[in-house]
Amino acid sequence: MEHLLQLFILVPFVGFFVTLLLPRKKEKSVSFAVLSIISIHLVGLLAFVAYWAFNHFPVLNVKHLTLFQTDDIEIFINFYFDKITAVYSLVGSVIALMVSVFSRFYMHREAGFKRFFSTLLFFFTGYNIVIFSGNFETFFVGWEIVGLTSFLLIAFYRDRYLPVKNALKVISIYRLGDICLILAMWMSHHLWHENITFQKLNDAVLMAEHLQHHYWFAVFVSLMIVIGAAAKSAQLPFSSWLPRAMEGPTTSSAIFYGSLSVHLGLFLLLRTYPYWETIVPVQVLIIVIGLSTSVIATLIGRVQSTVKTQIAYSSAAQIGLMFIEVALGFHTLALIHFAGNAFLRTYQLLVSPSVLSYLVHDMFFNFKPSSFTSQSSFKNSIYILSIKEWNLDFLLHQLLWKPFKWFGTRFNFLSAKLASVLLAVIFVAGLYAYFFQQIIPTAIFDLLPLLFSFIAFVLILKTFAERGDALRAWIEVVSSQLFIALSIALLNENFEHTHILMYLSGSLVSAIVGYVCLKRIKSVDGNIQLNQFHGYNYDQPILGFVFLIAGLGLVGLPFTPTFIGIDLLFSHIHKHEIVLIVLTTLSFLFIEIAVLRIYARIFLGQHKKQYHPIAFKSS
Amino acid sequence: MAGTETIERTMKSAAKHSHAHTAFNEEHVLHELKHYLPSQTPIKDFIHHNTLHAFQQMKFYDAIFKAGKIFGYQVHLQLTEFRELYKIGRVKKDVFDRILNDRKGAEAEAWKVKLLTKEYDVINNSRLGLLRAEWKYQYKIDLDNSVHPLLFRILCSYLDQGVALWNFPVKNKSFLGALQELEKNSYVSFFKTNRAKQFLLNGKCSLTDLLKMVVGKSEYFEQYLFDQQFSHQGWSGMAASIEAMPNTLLDRRDISLHDLIVVELLFEIDALDFHLGEKWEPLTNKMNKEPVNLFADVSSSELQEVIQLWQETFEWSYYDEVLTGISLNKNRTRSISSQRNFQAIFCIDERECSLRRHIETADKNCETLGTPGFFSVEFFFKAENANFYDKLCPAPVTPKYLIKEFGSNEKREHELLYTKKAQTLLPGFFASIFLGFVAGAQLFLNLFRPKMSPAISNAFAHMHTHSQLTIENKGLEDRENDLQIGFTIEEMATRVESLLRSIGLVSNFAPIIYAIAHGSSSANNPHHSAHDCGACSGKPGSVNARVFAFMANHTKVRELLRERGILIPDETKFVGSMHDTASDQIGFYDEDSLTQKHILQHTKNKLAFEAALYANAKERTRRFASINSKQSLTGARASILQRSVSMFEPRPELGHGTNTLCIIGSREITKGLFLDRRAFMNSYNYKNDPDGKILTGVMRPIGLVCGGINLEYYFSRVDNYKLGAGTKLPHNVMGLIGVANSADGDLRPGLPVQMIEVHDPVRLLIIVEHLPEIVLKAIQSAPEVYEWYINEWVHLVALSPEDGNYYYFKNGAFTKYDPLLQPMNSIENFEQFVEEAKEMETNEIVDATQENLPVYLLN
Repeated sequence: MEHLLQLFILVPFVGFFVTLLLPRKKEKSVSFAVLSIISIHLVGLLAFVAYWAFNHFPVLNVKHLTLFQTDDIEIFINFYFDKITAVYSLVGSVIALMVSVFSRFYMHREAGFKRFFSTLLFFFTGYNIVIFSGNFETFFVGWEIVGLTSFLLIAFYRDRYLPVKNALKVISIYRLGDICLILAMWMSHHLWHENITFQKLNDAVLMAEHLQHHYWFAVFVSLMIVIGAAAKSAQLPFSSWLPRAMEGPTTSSAIFYGSLSVHLGLFLLLRTYPYWETIVPVQVLIIVIGLSTSVIATLIGRVQSTVKTQIAYSSAAQIGLMFIEVALGFHTLALIHFAGNAFLRTYQLLVSPSVLSYLVHDMFFNFKPSSFTSQSSFKNSIYILSIKEWNLDFLLHQLLWKPFKWFGTRFNFLSAKLASVLLAVIFVAGLYAYFFQQIIPTAIFDLLPLLFSFIAFVLILKTFAERGDALRAWIEVVSSQLFIALSIALLNENFEHTHILMYLSGSLVSAIVGYVCLKRIKSVDGNIQLNQFHGYNYDQPILGFVFLIAGLGLVGLPFTPTFIGIDLLFSHIHKHEIVLIVLTTLSFLFIEIAVLRIYARIFLGQHKKQYHPIAFKSS
Repeated sequence: MAGTETIERTMKSAAKHSHAHTAFNEEHVLHELKHYLPSQTPIKDFIHHNTLHAFQQMKFYDAIFKAGKIFGYQVHLQLTEFRELYKIGRVKKDVFDRILNDRKGAEAEAWKVKLLTKEYDVINNSRLGLLRAEWKYQYKIDLDNSVHPLLFRILCSYLDQGVALWNFPVKNKSFLGALQELEKNSYVSFFKTNRAKQFLLNGKCSLTDLLKMVVGKSEYFEQYLFDQQFSHQGWSGMAASIEAMPNTLLDRRDISLHDLIVVELLFEIDALDFHLGEKWEPLTNKMNKEPVNLFADVSSSELQEVIQLWQETFEWSYYDEVLTGISLNKNRTRSISSQRNFQAIFCIDERECSLRRHIETADKNCETLGTPGFFSVEFFFKAENANFYDKLCPAPVTPKYLIKEFGSNEKREHELLYTKKAQTLLPGFFASIFLGFVAGAQLFLNLFRPKMSPAISNAFAHMHTHSQLTIENKGLEDRENDLQIGFTIEEMATRVESLLRSIGLVSNFAPIIYAIAHGSSSANNPHHSAHDCGACSGKPGSVNARVFAFMANHTKVRELLRERGILIPDETKFVGSMHDTASDQIGFYDEDSLTQKHILQHTKNKLAFEAALYANAKERTRRFASINSKQSLTGARASILQRSVSMFEPRPELGHGTNTLCIIGSREITKGLFLDRRAFMNSYNYKNDPDGKILTGVMRPIGLVCGGINLEYYFSRVDNYKLGAGTKLPHNVMGLIGVANSADGDLRPGLPVQMIEVHDPVRLLIIVEHLPEIVLKAIQSAPEVYEWYINEWVHLVALSPEDGNYYYFKNGAFTKYDPLLQPMNSIENFEQFVEEAKEMETNEIVDATQENLPVYLLN
């Protein structure tokens, strides 16, 4: 029975590749393929759940595919099935099916018809990986796919400015959540000395013992989980990304931000509940987050004068309530609440254009001019704050991103030549240090990993803030990868060379491919400054696609060697090396944003050559 | 965005043209801005108009090239597209050769090369935005990004008609006043810094002062304001339109473009203060460049001429076919029976073109006629229990009459799932838990069993079938809100007479005459009003048809008409009805007032209408990829009906897509021709109007209504990004007044891509059946009418009844035009013809246009 679980991942995953092979103009075959796959998935799921229920709802756990193994580290894919998975997968498949049927007609003749359906199926794969996952590693793969497909569908209308800008905004917040999960994984690696499965979390005795010994570490892990969940589920202080994500076709907004994607944070809490259920501060924190979100998102929702943003905030408010329900242990209620909210918001979003004629009609017959009464200053203040979304978007920008951007621009005084010479010298010195460790004083040697990790961090932030040439930015990102590898290599006396090879092999190919792509564009145009959007996808769509894949490969797209590499590298940082872990984590946070930013600036947005109709920036 | 060098170059070249700048005149600049901003009113009343109406006093090509240069619009198909159209034969070789020979004579060959292969620099750097771009260059600040989102949100909240649960707290004041009051009575502020807020609170915000502070030198003010307002032309246009027509909002607001600009300038100061502190210098202080004269003449170029020639060859490739068709059709012998089972007066709308063809097939002894769909009766309509009036006549007319509905007990149903309570916290909790599953089930039904619901705009719900109307005025006291309720007998007779005379129906009355209005039902469609009757201000025309029929049936009206020489026999009955152009359903009004004898005939006629609607539905299926056009008539019609109530269908119908022709004359000249659904048809009988008096009346609205529709489609097609609304799929309903692409976006006026993809961007060809000199007199009756023709925003051909020749209007005179008279194919089996018609592969023009069929003869 357990071995059937993988099918629920494999079916959509294989389906995704099938749709990639279908010709772009054949709408019917594309939608038919997607509908069949999701239907098969749903039917299979129904049969499976029936059989599972007949067997009295056992909790299933199965270890699949080991991706990597040495004596002390094992990275493997693990699947799991319980009531939570059952509810999430049923709701997911039903909604995915309905949205696909809807989209089949709705998306007709849209330029990105196939792109939409392929991405949708890829998302569906990711979603299923998340909910069927049995350990953090597996979970994380799915989680990343969901994030990436979100980015792609928010930027679905890639020839306009706002979708691209907002896609970057959303992926940045998602990325923050991802990094928290990486940290949670890193810490639990060190705590358990293995890849902890969700099944083990249910072992109350084991957990109690674990908490006794590692209370504060467990608090840290839980905290990371909570932040990750809050980011993904648009809870405070991250809520403001949700309305901004409504840039794609209505149907993709419905499935992502109305229903499935936005409830995954809640899923993470449900899944990890046994881990933190006895940690009171964490429980309190979740309740505080849930409560404050539900109140503030409701207030913001009340003043929204556009239909989709109103739905977005009211959905976030309901998820806030669900957070509370989970923290208090009302899991059945939370699951019902999730399912109902998912269906309701999907429906509301899909029919959101019809609200216009419905409400105008309603006004015609039921409108009463409001008699004006002056409101109290307090109420006015709440109103103004709510219109300004309680400054959430502004604060996130000011506190979270701006300092890093500022820091990144501090290094602009370095000319390209000077910087590259300097970096090369330092890197060679580092290599020298690595091979001839014995001749370097220990005190200095111990500081080297930190130094290189700091250089990598600076390089990444510099790219993140880069407004100059894209090629230069790309080289900076690539060299930052080398410095990260070096720093960790220096850290571990008994470092496995295979690990670092694994990490770099993925990066290297990507680095070269990405370089070639950018070089090509530069040869056509001469100007690929990152201070504006170039929109090259208009005339170089294939190059754009290749560069995207290369970029993702460089930063560790799930399933590339780099991805496993990152995981491995993290396991080489010990739990007490706080500065190093902070630097490395921040590096990984910003590197993906920086790479996607290069992609977006060069290939997305309004095409800069006005020989064909081009959108207004404000549209 | 162009690079710095190109910007400078453009600035220089535009500056060369600049005239001496006079001092800043606030009123003048505001007036200019309002003139050029999009003039679309809130989307519930979608009125088609020439998108570039601001340039209408210029010749078509001069106007579009100038507008393109100033605002960066794409104003014609791209050169590559024209070349592709030639390659696939959509631009016909013989027409192409003929036009080049006519225009270029000896140089025709050289021009042929230019059109077909010469490479041109087609990049169009607009004059707009150059000054405001300086913020980025000089101060490294993107003012649009820092100001737009909040500005749009505040503006939308202020104008909101009923989306938000919590309305803008101050509504009874002007936009500026409301903001002032709100800021005064609050502990927090919309502003990030203090200075701008103080300006607002102390009322120190005269436009000139703020501009001085932000821009600096006054000669730049105009350019700056154009840059600023056109960076969000959707919202600015909406503010200006509401200012001009405050009653276009049901819940009125006192908005003005002036207030919007002041608020925007305040927010700009706020953003600058926030980023730079209070010590920044005005933008133009350090600039030595002359301000750009946005409206300087655009020098003509060879490329422009090439485009012009392409456009004409593209247009005449179809026009010539139509004229050929009419000529060939004339020579075919047809037996015309004098017996008339019924007559049906349709709207001139080109979507009725096919239905008329089918009804004539279904009953050989019927006659169809066309007139603007408000049936010459102009009034406001108050539905029963409604709080507001609907204007049911062409947009420029302001009626003095009111028609009220009463006596129907039908209550409007509510849709539980649309309750706003679901958006609040605790009711939302219960809504999620309980309604959520209802929503899931409802969605399932919507997908697999779509049916009419209160959430769908239903053309037949505009007026209840069994209600009564106050059509006859009861006396001088019978008034409401300064409007006369109903019409007097005299007023009725005038209107009925005017309509009958204009369509030439003054004798040979059939026993039943149908006045068939049209409306359109569609689901999930903010643009539904654009599908309704343009002559009824974007509403269904059912009330007009019913009112007209009532008037024409009125015995006293008939007496008056008899005195005026129109003798309607007593056995002739008028019946009002409406055709739903999306669902292909028809409804008849006041059927119970028919006598026994009429009922019998009416029942028979209804069968003919049904047969015609089946055929019409079948014909329409060829355009819809999701419907199998090979299915039976019944299946086809069921699919068409289902489509109109499907939430997932962004194309319930295709609106006015493909409109190209307007034929003013007898039906005989087009009967027997397959013109697809491309011709507006206004019946007119030149024999009754030797001096063209009636024609003058007929021609008056043609440019504005048909030309307006045609040009709106033209511009939305050639630049769907800037002049159209883009694809519908990401649209978000903003405050019930418009749509935007996302949470922070600008409003998108114009037509969405789903409505224009079948459209070939060609201008309207108006064919009038009368002597050229009479036609000339008719169009010269008023300057605003003549402007359409003399400036070539539409083409005009007179079909002279005297010699049967065509005369084309150009530069103020008619000259003879001989169509090429290429042989023309005939349609033998219509159903088969529809089934075999080609379907477009993509909606790019070169593919899409292949779905548009040529003219055929019908057998």
